[in-house]
Amino acid sequence: MLAAVENKPVSVEAKPVLRVEGLKAYYQMNYFGVRREVRAVDDVSLTINRNEIYGIAGESSSGKSSLIKTIAGAITPPLRVVEGSVKFDFGGKELDVYAQRPAMKAARWKHLSYVMQGSMNVLNPVRKVKHAFRDFAFKHMGLSEGEFRARVESHLQRIGLDPRVLESYPHQLSGGMRQRLTIGLATVCEPEFIIADEPTTALDVLVQQDVLALIKGVQQRMGSSIIFVTHDMTVHAAIADRIGIVYAGRLVEEGSTLDVFQHPQHPYTAHLIASLPRIGDTRKRVALGGKPPNLADPPSGCRFHPRCPLAVDKCKSENPPLLARNSGRVACWRAGEVEAA
Amino acid sequence: MTALLELQDVNKDYRVGGFLDRSTLHAVKHVSFTLDAEKPEIFTVVGESGSGKTTTARMILGNETPTSGTLRFMGKDIAAVRTRKERLEFMSRVQPIFQNPFEAFNPLTTLDYYLFSTARRFLGLKDKAAVEAATDKSLQHVGLSLAEVRGRYSHELSGGQLQRIAVARALIPGPKLIVADEPVSMVDASLRMSIVNLFRELRDTLGVSIIYITHDLSTAYYISDRVIIMHKGDVVEAGRAEDVLGNPTHEYSRALRSAVLPPDPVVASAIIREKLRAI
Ligand SMILES: Nc1ncnc2c1ncn2[C@@H]1O[C@H](COP(=O)(O)OP(=O)(O)OP(=O)(O)O)[C@@H](O)[C@H]1O
Ligand SMILES: Nc1ncnc2c1ncn2[C@@H]1O[C@H](COP(=O)(O)OP(=O)(O)OP(=O)(O)O)[C@@H](O)[C@H]1O
Ligand code: SF4
Ligand SMILES: [Mg+2]
Ligand SMILES: [Mg+2]
Repeated sequence: MLAAVENKPVSVEAKPVLRVEGLKAYYQMNYFGVRREVRAVDDVSLTINRNEIYGIAGESSSGKSSLIKTIAGAITPPLRVVEGSVKFDFGGKELDVYAQRPAMKAARWKHLSYVMQGSMNVLNPVRKVKHAFRDFAFKHMGLSEGEFRARVESHLQRIGLDPRVLESYPHQLSGGMRQRLTIGLATVCEPEFIIADEPTTALDVLVQQDVLALIKGVQQRMGSSIIFVTHDMTVHAAIADRIGIVYAGRLVEEGSTLDVFQHPQHPYTAHLIASLPRIGDTRKRVALGGKPPNLADPPSGCRFHPRCPLAVDKCKSENPPLLARNSGRVACWRAGEVEAA
Repeated sequence: MTALLELQDVNKDYRVGGFLDRSTLHAVKHVSFTLDAEKPEIFTVVGESGSGKTTTARMILGNETPTSGTLRFMGKDIAAVRTRKERLEFMSRVQPIFQNPFEAFNPLTTLDYYLFSTARRFLGLKDKAAVEAATDKSLQHVGLSLAEVRGRYSHELSGGQLQRIAVARALIPGPKLIVADEPVSMVDASLRMSIVNLFRELRDTLGVSIIYITHDLSTAYYISDRVIIMHKGDVVEAGRAEDVLGNPTHEYSRALRSAVLPPDPVVASAIIREKLRAI
């Protein structure tokens, strides 16, 4: 695998490592003859470059997990890909996730690792933690038993875990310890592509920084690419190179991290940035008015229009396309106006 | 003062390790504090991962017995709550909200079933319409409705939606005390604010006291009346929120406060790069 990477022609290097095109993934259910469709991922296109960290932000139930799950090829019914494609480029070889299922399976753990949301559950409750590391990582690392154990232990120590946790059962560990273990598991074999859903939600700020530094370190050493989801904007601020903002199943803004924080172009992004809590501030904050949209029956036109302070008539009927602007892309009929306001 | 909850020198030890290297882990050490029944408050527990917060919460909920020390709720030893009737009575007064909403609900059971059975069990409601009304009312408190939740399974909802359902469920019995273990860790900043504002409202209008376990110093600062900071099982700092969080004295609480990442990409990414260099 390493040899393949080294022999890559230079032109391949410039190709994005992940290409998502026109992706639609819906939860399609049938309750006693009544069809229900939740359009959780609705026409998302994005690319991720080698050696890049891409963060996905958005409110609760906007479809972040559904998107990343679909990218990871880890969907199960009722979630189905309705349209579009997800293609990886591992060492010059294209892998079309939904056209080449078996190849995708083989790529798991070797080229790619995926940490699900609330994934403390991947740890088998009746087996000691060390077995999970053996099962998932050992065969990909080409180390002897002793070297492997030493590598795992030093890896865990970097995120503040005592090597003795390997001898524990999951229920004997705290929530934050389990979350760190799953990150340790996903990064120890230093894959080319890491997909992580809310990897630091159960951690305090000190440990969170260790975990973020670990993730960043793996990425820098390996030149790997990372796509991660979190609603925690400070995590995006800390490690993302680019950010994609998801609203109601759609990508509404994308740009360099600096631009998204300093010059948000979409009214929803602007709200997100403005409402960030800052320590020492006890003002009662205003939540975004209105309800989060129902993805089974999303608003017409721009899905943000019922809550948007800038909405005009056109917004109700026509969906704004995601168009290039500044360092990124924005989907809003009045893109950029919010900044002036 | 009448005590709502009183912890006196509470300790919890676990036996850990294999047959050869068995040792004792002191998960919670000498923890004492009292909540006043007449003055509902938001009592926040902050502390690093593994410092004993969840273990303390589990003891307050009667899910775990202390190795030594006593916990009393409205004057009654929680360890002495034994019979089914006593347990039901206790649980209608003290309600939990757990850390991971994905673990809190069985994926094979519909969420409305959980809510309905809570209403039947604790409110003694039999009539279907009354059960549904009580359920809908508490869902409305958290910005949801029965219509949105009916017939759905936990895996059909996002983390934030699930957590709000967990809050709604805890509200149904009309508790005096809610023990919320990281109730906002899964939700976004705006919902986070709506949940903590909800806690304030519960305190001020329904007189509910809340034990709020969190890693999130900004919401802790924002809603807490009092705060304790735990470190390796010990309470290392306790007092009014402004004092403890505004002017921390213990090394850990100081580190915690100064480590808060600002929502600013220039500063935050520099901190992580610095950390990386240090390794
Ligand atoms: N298995 C499922 N069946 C039906 N609907 C689902 C299922 N899983 C998720 N959904 C719905 O899809 C939408 C998007 O959910 P998703 O979990 O992707 O949100 P999210 O952005 O990750 O939210 P959070 O930040 O709260 O985790 C939500 O409306 C959710 O209720
Ligand atoms: N059943 C158990 N058996 C053995 N050890 C346990 C058990 N439950 C908890 N522990 C240990 O007790 C300590 C405290 O755990 P606890 O879950 O209370 O931490 P916490 O403060 O809630 O941490 P987090 O913020 O990560 O959730 C940890 O070292 C944990 O490994
Ligand atoms: S398109 Fe219209 S409704 Fe949508 S964000 Fe822009 S201004 Fe607001
Ligand atoms: Mg999610
Ligand atoms: Mg805990």
